[in-house]
Amino acid sequence: MFPTRGWIGVTVALACVAPHAAADAAPRGEEIYSRCLACHALAYDRVGPRHCGLFGRRAGSVPGFDYSDAMRKSGIVWDAATLDRFLAAPTQVVPGTTMGYAGIPDPAERAALIAWLRDASRSAKSCPQPQ
Amino acid sequence: MKIAHPSLLIVPSRRRFLYGSATLSAAAVAMLAGRPSLAAAPDARKGDPAADARILNTALAAEHEAIAAYQVGADSGLLRAPTRELALQFQGHHKAHVDLLAQTVTKLGGTPVEKKQKYSFPTGDLKAEADVLRFASGLERGAVSAYLGAVPLFGNPDLAKAAASILGDEAMHWAVLRQALGENPVPSAFVS
Repeated sequence: MFPTRGWIGVTVALACVAPHAAADAAPRGEEIYSRCLACHALAYDRVGPRHCGLFGRRAGSVPGFDYSDAMRKSGIVWDAATLDRFLAAPTQVVPGTTMGYAGIPDPAERAALIAWLRDASRSAKSCPQPQ
Repeated sequence: MKIAHPSLLIVPSRRRFLYGSATLSAAAVAMLAGRPSLAAAPDARKGDPAADARILNTALAAEHEAIAAYQVGADSGLLRAPTRELALQFQGHHKAHVDLLAQTVTKLGGTPVEKKQKYSFPTGDLKAEADVLRFASGLERGAVSAYLGAVPLFGNPDLAKAAASILGDEAMHWAVLRQALGENPVPSAFVS
């Protein structure tokens, strides 16, 4: 089971971000997302699964995507808190994941990325197909 | 958007590169690239070979996709001849990466991931040469970050060195593509 310690604090911290701060974070979040573009896209599967429909989705559940057993069995449901924890150190949080990436150590960068992803992953423009 | 004139994208070494990749083994390529330890065999006693192979296989999958992406660009009919030649040169680099990564995964006891039968690309968005260049630039920028994120994870430092070598190549691709798009080719002192 995915560990839960510390999520509540992270969730509260993200929820307390002022609206104007979130708006400021959007361009930064998109810029940080460009680091993901070797493997990910919003609307379609690549080396990694698509991100459209990410929030609220169980990890390892995009139909047709070939996940690692580790990710399929992780028990994670993606939200701001689980993403924050995973993105900090993917291979430590889900040992055996094929996402061979050390992570984003800066909490502010993770927060900006997650804020941008939350909007982009459900945007009608980026995600025209029902997820 | 200002696009560099094709004459600025001259690729004098392409013919030589193709000749080399056709006649040299991947091991020799590794030797020439300064990675003799990989050419011989990665030391399975270092680190966790299974974990290292998993990281390399993810990189291998991305390299397969990059080869396919450059083929889409080359076949798009949108690229002027020198730009197309540049795309094919970069594609050749990715093919060399695939050869080396696949051999190394095998030597680590893993099974190299095969290329997919079909890839999804935003072909509907590619309507001009700049669109193709921007698409390629995004992939190369992502590749730089992916290798940067992989380097500290390797248990075997020889593999970290090899990944860093590929990172340098991807960064050069990204810089040239940015230059071609009229953007600052090296926008910062560090990559992330």
